[in-house]
Amino acid sequence: MAIEFTLNGERAAPTADPTALLVEVLRDELGLTGTHIGCDTSQCGACNVLMNGEPVKSCTLLLAQVDGADIVTIEGLAEGDTLHPMQLAFKEAHGLQCGFCTPGMVMAGIGIAKRHGGAVGEDTIAHELEGNLCRCTGYVNIVKAIKAGAAASAGEMA
Amino acid sequence: MTYYRPRTAAEAVELTTSGADPAYLAGGHTLIPAMKARLRDPDRLIDVSGLDELRGMQHADGRLWIGALTRHADVARGADVFPALQTMASMIGDPQVRNRGTLGGSLANNDPAADYPAAVLALDALVETDRAVHGAADFFQGMFFTALEDGELIRRVGFRIPRRAAYAKFRHPASRYALAGVFVAELEEGWRVAVTGAGGEGVFRWSEAEAALGAGQNARDVPPPDAAAMSSDIHAGADYRAHLCTVMLKQAVGDLS
Ligand code: FES
Ligand code: FES
Repeated sequence: MAIEFTLNGERAAPTADPTALLVEVLRDELGLTGTHIGCDTSQCGACNVLMNGEPVKSCTLLLAQVDGADIVTIEGLAEGDTLHPMQLAFKEAHGLQCGFCTPGMVMAGIGIAKRHGGAVGEDTIAHELEGNLCRCTGYVNIVKAIKAGAAASAGEMA
Repeated sequence: MTYYRPRTAAEAVELTTSGADPAYLAGGHTLIPAMKARLRDPDRLIDVSGLDELRGMQHADGRLWIGALTRHADVARGADVFPALQTMASMIGDPQVRNRGTLGGSLANNDPAADYPAAVLALDALVETDRAVHGAADFFQGMFFTALEDGELIRRVGFRIPRRAAYAKFRHPASRYALAGVFVAELEEGWRVAVTGAGGEGVFRWSEAEAALGAGQNARDVPPPDAAAMSSDIHAGADYRAHLCTVMLKQAVGDLS
């Protein structure tokens, strides 16, 4: 069965088995290694990608399940040299230390901004990060970054 | 492992009649982790996620009927959904899990710490499948076991609309599954209290708590369930789980709406 989907705005038709995990197809076949595998047990969120605009765990998704979908990975957020507002906010708020959890945090942050809008508060953000783990425990700055990123992107996410 | 994408529910059911260990795939948020942990190794994956006949929400006969493919995020935000069920759905897993996980998938698996079984039992729900309608009391048959036959496919679930209800759970900090979750509902004929996460046999009705609330007793005074009937693991011992039931009961009663 041939699987096709939109990946970062372009058509992708990987040849991996339809039952392969999306994260492995992204990393191994398509060479997009920005999406990380932190746990493989659906708990850490390092593998989050956007599927039809909503964050989902690509380690818990089979390739066949994204047939026809619109998938965006961390590599697809910036426009040329212009970072996505959520990426820029992570940079400016020093929302990362080693950076391993960051792609997933940025995707979760985009989801939070979409669900709650630009005025979302820190308590809501902290709560909604329940599916993302940072081993460097930089949560304070991650929450700050998502707050700033949500405010900056409020217009374009509406 | 062969992947199938049937176009109708009838075709999906037909696909389960051959193959050594066929499995339905909806959101995949129970099945895929189980496969990764080598707890399941199906030879046929039958993807039902495209079947529109398993979607939708409607009110009928004092019940809210929710299609099996409805995601937790859709129940949490559903304008037609009463508050206690919205709240329960908003507490499942995390936002990413709620964007994929489905009602039918959760029930078919009957994980002893899943949230939906408590709502189904407390709200005296009906589970409608391709071949039967199961009452909540008969549906759950001990952890990971249900009344579903091989190949039986859940179509929709009818929750009774309670006068008041609430759900409270104490989460495992990493998995977000319930160490103890208590769903309290006031129906016309009285109170129903269902507990998930704590029982040694999976979800159960806490009849002593139901009787106490029915007698107008304060939730604070309800003694814990028998610890001998609770589960025990590295995350929480049986005594602690029994105690958590009382704390979650108080919290749920305080949150009734
Ligand atoms: S790698 Fe997917 S949740 Fe951790
Ligand atoms: S910045 Fe290192 S894991 Fe989060």
